[in-house]
Amino acid sequence: MKDMRWFRRKAGRHGRLRRRKYADFLAFLFPSMLGVAGFVLLPFADVVRRSFWSMASDSFVGFSNYKKIFENEAFLLAVKNTARFTAVCIPVLILLGLTAALLMAGLPQVQLLKSCFLFPMAMPTATVVLVWKMIFSEGGFVNLILEERMDYMATDMAFWVLVISYVWKNLGYTVVLWLSGIWGIPGDIIEAARVDGAGKLRIIRSVILPQLSGVLYTITVLSFLNSFKVFREAYLVSGPYPQESIYLLQHLFNNWFAILELDKMAAAAVCVAVVLLAVIWLLDRVWKVGEAE
Amino acid sequence: MKKKIFSAMKLVVLSVWAFVLLIPAVLVLSGSVMSSQELSVFLGAVLERKEGCISWRLIPDYPTLEHYKKTLFYSPQFMTVFWNSVKLTALIVVGQLLVGVPAAWAFAVYRFRGSRMLFSGYIVLMLMPFQVTMLSQYLVLDRMGMMDTHWAVVLPAVFSTFPVFLIYRGFCQIPASLLEAGRVDGAGEWYLFFRIGLPLSSGGILSAVVLGLLEYWNMLEQPMAFLKDKTLWPLSLFLPEIGLERAGFAFAASVIMLIPAVFVFLLGRDYLEQGIVASALKE
Repeated sequence: MKDMRWFRRKAGRHGRLRRRKYADFLAFLFPSMLGVAGFVLLPFADVVRRSFWSMASDSFVGFSNYKKIFENEAFLLAVKNTARFTAVCIPVLILLGLTAALLMAGLPQVQLLKSCFLFPMAMPTATVVLVWKMIFSEGGFVNLILEERMDYMATDMAFWVLVISYVWKNLGYTVVLWLSGIWGIPGDIIEAARVDGAGKLRIIRSVILPQLSGVLYTITVLSFLNSFKVFREAYLVSGPYPQESIYLLQHLFNNWFAILELDKMAAAAVCVAVVLLAVIWLLDRVWKVGEAE
Repeated sequence: MKKKIFSAMKLVVLSVWAFVLLIPAVLVLSGSVMSSQELSVFLGAVLERKEGCISWRLIPDYPTLEHYKKTLFYSPQFMTVFWNSVKLTALIVVGQLLVGVPAAWAFAVYRFRGSRMLFSGYIVLMLMPFQVTMLSQYLVLDRMGMMDTHWAVVLPAVFSTFPVFLIYRGFCQIPASLLEAGRVDGAGEWYLFFRIGLPLSSGGILSAVVLGLLEYWNMLEQPMAFLKDKTLWPLSLFLPEIGLERAGFAFAASVIMLIPAVFVFLLGRDYLEQGIVASALKE
């Protein structure tokens, strides 16, 4: 009987302590949660509602906004270009980053080199607009070297100019992440594999690459998200209506915003969010399966 | 010996590569101290679509500081947008810390039902590009009457969840036993936060600061969407409007915009790298 009381009292005190800690947890989190809910979650719920709504007639219209955007040529072009851009630039970035990281991993000058590679990240887009014009316009440096005469921003080459500027800006953190991965592999694992009789290729395939899979995941996700920011270069160099091959979703959102096509924007925002969620979830799954093996 | 040659070759390749990456900075820098006459000769081919190609000289014949003088002392407009940029960046980063540091602490130290899921929600939000949240932000800002004020740019950015994630990573390094020992000694939760949490994870916080400063100094999408009044614009929007016709001004203004970013970059290089590594989503 006495024991029971002691037990209950202890549980009670523990419960009180837990409750008090819960209050502290909420107090720490409250300002952030309030802002996130007020500026992101609730308004996004409103956007989802609007995507099924017509502003003009103020009535529920089902999927008609979605139908409209999927019949919209500009939207389809923008989706195609954005998808193509991501599909090209992310593998290029990942491989170039890995190459640079492997080359510099053992060198004594690695700190300095790393800083040089990171520097473009610190250069605001606005400051390189002029340089891009000097390099890629009709009388620019590229033509000077190739002895040609073409305005790269006015042809389909614009796409590749954008890929170059994306790689230029994002290579630094990719290298830093690869290096952190390469240096993070414990030497004794490799040693153990060698002692067990594994060859060089076998070590790379079965020991080193699996160790780098976490880093690869991070790089993929980060470079995917930063691929949306390439809009800054595209917009500042070519304005709201650039050459067709670099008309991206971001241009479209901006142009719709300028003429207040809010219904279409709502539907498109929901679509992009859903696709992104799917991609993130998919990447997560792929890596989970990969790690389980 | 063979290894040494191999090393040297790697170094050469990487040096050339690094130099190519730095070319834009070199061009801007040399252009800013070049006299207007020289600039118009060199840039003629780009500007007036004349025959022939651009040429350049890394060290100008007649170096001059006239463009800097003009930019700093004779263009009040430039000064306005410069200070707009400083104000916006500072407000955002300070706000992010005030809101984000306690939130990161909450996620790192306490485990309650739903807290993991909430944190996953934060990660998903940090991964959403501006275009997805643009319309929702506009709806709120419009209703609150904040459109075309600096608050329209500052407030949504303050509640970005990316710094919460970065700072969380720093707090996670603190061993739970240390906090438990503090509690046994009678320390309150706030005492633990201020006396153990903050001092031990200043690295993570500084990483968030460095990444934040670079990101918001370069901010473009938000002010473009939410600020119509040009006197409110930050440098990042104003600068591209100058154009090559006033190349000297444009170059000098670019260099002036570059200086704070380089300053932050050089001072915070280690924290920048730490921050990049800490943004790893999987260990």
